[in-house]
Amino acid sequence: MIETRRPKIEFLSPELADKIVDEGLALLEKEGIFVENREALKLLGEAGAAADGATLRVRIGRGLVLECLASTPATITMYDRSGEKSYLVGGDEIHFDPGSAAVSLLDHGTQEERKAGTRDLIDFYRLVETLDHIHFQSTGLVSSDVPAGVADAYRLYLGLLHSAKPFVTGTFRVEGFEPMKDMLAAVRGGEEELRRKPLAIFDACPSPPLKWSNLTTRSLIDAARAGIPSELISMGMTGATSLATIAGTLVQHVAESLAGLVICQLARRGAPVIFGGSPSSFDMRKGTTPMGAVETMMIDSAYAQIGKRLKLPTHAYMALSDAKVNDAQSGIETAMGAVLAALSGINVISGPGMLDFESCQSFEKLVIDDEICGMAYRLIAGVAQREEPIALDKFEGFKPDFQFLSHPHTRCWYRREHILPRLMDRDPYEAWVMAGRTTVLDKAHRDVEERLRKPPLSPLPAGTRADLQKIMAGYARSQGLGPLPEPGL
Amino acid sequence: MNNGGLYAGMSKAIVDGDGVRAGRLAGEALGAGLDPSEVIEMGYVPGLRRVGELWEAGEYFLPELIASAEAMKAAMAVLEPGLRHSGGRAATGGKVVIGTIEGDIHDIGKNLVAAMLQAGGFEVFDLGADVKLGSFIDKAEAVGADFICASALLTTTMANQKRLVALLRERKLRDKYMVIVGGAPASRKWAEEAGADGYAENAVAAVKLAKDMVSRRALGERR
Repeated sequence: MIETRRPKIEFLSPELADKIVDEGLALLEKEGIFVENREALKLLGEAGAAADGATLRVRIGRGLVLECLASTPATITMYDRSGEKSYLVGGDEIHFDPGSAAVSLLDHGTQEERKAGTRDLIDFYRLVETLDHIHFQSTGLVSSDVPAGVADAYRLYLGLLHSAKPFVTGTFRVEGFEPMKDMLAAVRGGEEELRRKPLAIFDACPSPPLKWSNLTTRSLIDAARAGIPSELISMGMTGATSLATIAGTLVQHVAESLAGLVICQLARRGAPVIFGGSPSSFDMRKGTTPMGAVETMMIDSAYAQIGKRLKLPTHAYMALSDAKVNDAQSGIETAMGAVLAALSGINVISGPGMLDFESCQSFEKLVIDDEICGMAYRLIAGVAQREEPIALDKFEGFKPDFQFLSHPHTRCWYRREHILPRLMDRDPYEAWVMAGRTTVLDKAHRDVEERLRKPPLSPLPAGTRADLQKIMAGYARSQGLGPLPEPGL
Repeated sequence: MNNGGLYAGMSKAIVDGDGVRAGRLAGEALGAGLDPSEVIEMGYVPGLRRVGELWEAGEYFLPELIASAEAMKAAMAVLEPGLRHSGGRAATGGKVVIGTIEGDIHDIGKNLVAAMLQAGGFEVFDLGADVKLGSFIDKAEAVGADFICASALLTTTMANQKRLVALLRERKLRDKYMVIVGGAPASRKWAEEAGADGYAENAVAAVKLAKDMVSRRALGERR
């Protein structure tokens, strides 16, 4: 059998990719980067970087970066809550997770954005749990009925209660890390087990241009020591916080990301790091950061190509839209992003469900996007030679009334070669009219209701549940807070 | 004396976003003994007006806008000492205390609004990003501001805009200042909910809003 080719796109020539990396390294060495965290500056200084404690500026030599790149694992294996199911993050494997940390939810009834509460967050987790093509969970909504001081830990807490998938999450405050790590370790049965079988990825964002804040640097160091993968989310905005040219933005992306990677490696050699990001084209009229812009997707695909060249796992915010409702724009931008991300072989793709510049989640969009993600997985599976010969023998005894519907070959292969959509309309016109002229959004809403009516898929065993409750309550108390909204709703 | 040529050059320097030329022409005008406030009115303001038109027409975008605002700033830096000397006032507007609200470090939008307000003749005190609620008020009290403008990019920090208004009430200063809120997640509806006096969707509209509010207030005071 001839090996199946996985369809792939690369935007950069090898020469351009190397030049971008080279300039990124030179930028770190010559101009340096601001690191607003004492411990990181100390680690960098001890490793030979020129760290200035007064200006918080550090110049990182090429040698140190290359050495740190060499100690960073090329792949990470994530495990679900049970510790049994694994997901390879690396190579050209792709995993979708919902766009994270939305502050509002698109209400289907009113078609308006509203603040999300704890009830919504639980529904979100339960819904994502049912979606086959969204491999990872994300702490996708911020509950407005929970005090900001504990919001980061609380959304992970609820997630672990209601979902078995690996998580993409992150801290909002330095204090949030410890209880979040403790909860993950409690699920695994210990910190060593958590290190061996990572359950959550922590996002950490540098502030463009060229700065790692105290909060995010702290997260890098803490996560590295706990063996929790850090996803580096560099996010230049072309012409505003990074250069207007795509190649120029990529140079900065490389410099910011590699500085983060060095900090992780100095905190603990071999710490898992994902070369990710959320850069965007900057709209020079509206002053906004369109995630659905084609240039945004080009930047994403190009830095992922560079990440692969550096032998790192990759991530991007794609398969999302800036539209405010589920309209043609949301479908166009989401599908274009999902397909480009898949063809780029980006390992973690954060986006499904998201509208309005990463700020609003929609349940209906989540189920529509799940279908888009299914198409993306199918697309990259490519065209395979299934049998030898491919077709020739099936035509033996070929007659005028020949057809394949009843041929054994069809029943053998059609399910493996073709996906059947749940939501896309394929009715003949009359049937569509008879069925009530439903749009994909109507169907999506019904689908959401059906999925949420079913009993929860993945409740947590009572013992672990009690452990998590104890950690969460302890953290809330330490922050001077009383009881939080009950998750057993 | 006919200064038409000089004024046209000033206007063009603003439209071109050329700060060096705008500053140089301001120096020439002072050297020729021209009145700074007349120079601003006849030379530079028409340029700003033209920039506004080009923006409205969709020909100018943010980079042009910000370059023009900075060119205006360069001209004002030259003219201002003379203005104070002659007792004139550059501003038709008033004093503005502006900043990105507590907890939020996103300041691009705020910088744009600050630059445009300044170019539009307001005296702007920019407190930067992650500005404590009390600092807005303290600064406004210290400089005798007319406006307090607070920006937020995050929906999580947006709530602090409302708290700022509440704090003003608490300190019995609410009626003393005109409060404008802005930022990507803000809306007219939100401005109302937060108890602010105004909302503008972009930097150009913010200048217009502030000017309208000033004239409305002036009318109100006369009544």
